Amino acid sequence: MANSSRRDFFKTLGIIGAGAAGLKTKSAGAAPVKIVSDNRMGVLVDTTVCIGCRRCEFACKEAHNLPTGNIEDYDNRTVFEQMRRPDTKALTVVNEYPGTDKKSGPINVKVQCMHCDHPACVSACIVGAFSKQENGSVIWDESLCIGCRYCIVACPFQIPAFEYEKAIEPEIRKCDFCWERTKKGLLPACVNICPVEALTYGKRYELIQEAHKRIEKNPDRYIDHVLGETEVGGTSWLYLANKDFKEMDFPKLDDKPAPGATESLQHAIFAYFLPPAMLFSLLGGIMWLNRKSEENE
Amino acid sequence: MEPSPVKKPFFTPTVIVLIILVVNALVWAFMRFVFGIGAVTNLNNQYPWGIWIGIDVAAGVALAAGGFTTSALAHIFHKEHFHDIVRPALLTAMLGYTFVGMGVFFDLGRYYNIWHVMIFWNGNSVLFEVGICVMAYLTVLYIEFLPIVTDRFIGRVNFRGILSKLNSMIDTLLRFVDRSLSKIMFFFIILGVVLSCLHQSSLGTLMILAGPKVHPLWQSPISPLLFLLSAISVGFPMVIMESIISSRSFGLKSEMDVLSSLGRYVGPLLGIYLAFKIGDMAVRQTFVHLTEINAASIMWIIEVLLGVVIPMRMFFWDKVLTSKPLIFTAAILVIFGVLMNRINTFIVSYTPLYATEVYWPSIGEISITIGFVALEILLYRTLVMIFPVISQPLERIRLKTKFAAKGVIR
Ligand code: SF4
Ligand code: SF4
Ligand code: SF4
Repeated sequence: MANSSRRDFFKTLGIIGAGAAGLKTKSAGAAPVKIVSDNRMGVLVDTTVCIGCRRCEFACKEAHNLPTGNIEDYDNRTVFEQMRRPDTKALTVVNEYPGTDKKSGPINVKVQCMHCDHPACVSACIVGAFSKQENGSVIWDESLCIGCRYCIVACPFQIPAFEYEKAIEPEIRKCDFCWERTKKGLLPACVNICPVEALTYGKRYELIQEAHKRIEKNPDRYIDHVLGETEVGGTSWLYLANKDFKEMDFPKLDDKPAPGATESLQHAIFAYFLPPAMLFSLLGGIMWLNRKSEENE
Repeated sequence: MEPSPVKKPFFTPTVIVLIILVVNALVWAFMRFVFGIGAVTNLNNQYPWGIWIGIDVAAGVALAAGGFTTSALAHIFHKEHFHDIVRPALLTAMLGYTFVGMGVFFDLGRYYNIWHVMIFWNGNSVLFEVGICVMAYLTVLYIEFLPIVTDRFIGRVNFRGILSKLNSMIDTLLRFVDRSLSKIMFFFIILGVVLSCLHQSSLGTLMILAGPKVHPLWQSPISPLLFLLSAISVGFPMVIMESIISSRSFGLKSEMDVLSSLGRYVGPLLGIYLAFKIGDMAVRQTFVHLTEINAASIMWIIEVLLGVVIPMRMFFWDKVLTSKPLIFTAAILVIFGVLMNRINTFIVSYTPLYATEVYWPSIGEISITIGFVALEILLYRTLVMIFPVISQPLERIRLKTKFAAKGVIR
């Protein structure tokens, strides 16, 4: 018995080896789209220009078939008394912060998904429902999502929102960089409606040059920091401001892409399925030796 | 000593209480599936994960580690001495993982899409790795349990009436399954251990992606190693605890010699875990967070002192190893420590960027979590009454053979 089972033993080991090799190719093929094209688009948000008219909130809802309410209601500035976050019914919101001094007036900051270059949500999603598109957009594929909400846990900007109130087909909602509009060559709805050109749509690298040019020309108007240029490995949306971003509720983040640590750990454990296969052989060897010593006794 | 089905009355006052808890959970489960996650939980966009993930899944997986640790000890390291505890540990692991799956199912917004995980692979996702390993391991556990099923029914297939023609056929089939399985079982045993090591550690990688949202006391780059080590050290205490409780509940004598030799491994295992935990703390200098008194530091001290240091000292003490109440206490402390660690890592230490409130589980969440545990215990009780899982003390067996010889008991 012992002999035949030992032969089986090695035969099976061979089969696993082959199986593991097969698995590897399959998982590589199905990995999520993660192209970071040099020509990817972005938006430069100049918070020193924004007047807090909230037209962008209105346009966004309209573009995404969400209930908009009356456009006059958006002139109501009492909503600024509380900090608001994007949620399933408003993919972008504008907040207000006190200005640097009495004369300069309040600062308004539009908030939405940053469309990271190395998005944590894309790395996290168990089924690859999130993807970074060539034009820079990070979008969500309804047909894949299983509603695990790991994307929300992962996002370094607390952006994706989930429809907790729905029992069936709850959605993950976040700004999709107007994926449907830009495909047709239209501007993102918010950029399109903004009356003061606080939002500039363009190629990301050009926007970065433009941002630095503005800082250089008006060093009094801006602090020397383009938020999103390097944060979490870079984002498609970029911000200019005249005071520290931390005072406007931006999270303090370092320049390493958020998914860096987990992905390298993950890949170390699964490098060509070698570590698991080695562990398997090691355990197999121990088992075999122990059986053998038993027989010899 | 051979395992055999336990013959005792099913209902006891405890069983009635457990049934009530299950019924309560069923009501909440109905609400969850009809009105959605928001209706029964306190989860929101600040706190996407609550106790269903922190306790049912993360702690559930860790506490089911008795399965792979005992199977490694008995089969791979070939310690015959422990054979009697393999089946109970296997059954607990099988039930434990089944309920981990159930917990996930309740927590998923689109639970009916759960099969997507098997088709749409995202090799970069830690959660995917956990998911696919847990699914695979659950399958392995069911396969490992199959011999117990064939053991129960071989030579005992006894349909009446028209079905009686099938008896010999089913019996042959069972014997065939049994024979083929015994040849390849070593493969599944090793596979089970490998899969366990993989997902036990990957569970620790999960929260690394949350970055600064997780308190530095628990946000460690070696978190996967810590999760694996703590899972390995909680495996035997789980077996000790279950063995003592089930033998008490069935009025059997517990095998203290097996349990105390099992307990001998726990001290060193906890020591290794503690060394890495403290070493990591020293390297990253996170001990500064212990100087301020807040929820995180208090929870950390409770977790490590009560759940690791004290039981470690206890397991190194011969008096504890030979005394049933003491070894039971020590085992409970280890289990408590690992449970706390998972709750701390997934829930207590998680602070949303824009927190306007603090998460506390709702009645519905608690009810369902408790209901799962209650149902798990009930199923365990049922299954050990049907299948030969628990090895019963010698006197009973001797009695049985004596009467069997006389033809009193068949
Ligand atoms: S901000 Fe969050 S949701 Fe948006 S791309 Fe980055 S990680 Fe994803
Ligand atoms: S909730 Fe959906 S999109 Fe988010 S990680 Fe889970 S499956 Fe992916
Ligand atoms: S529309 Fe333009 S100016 Fe008005 S709130 Fe939005 S970004 Fe600011």
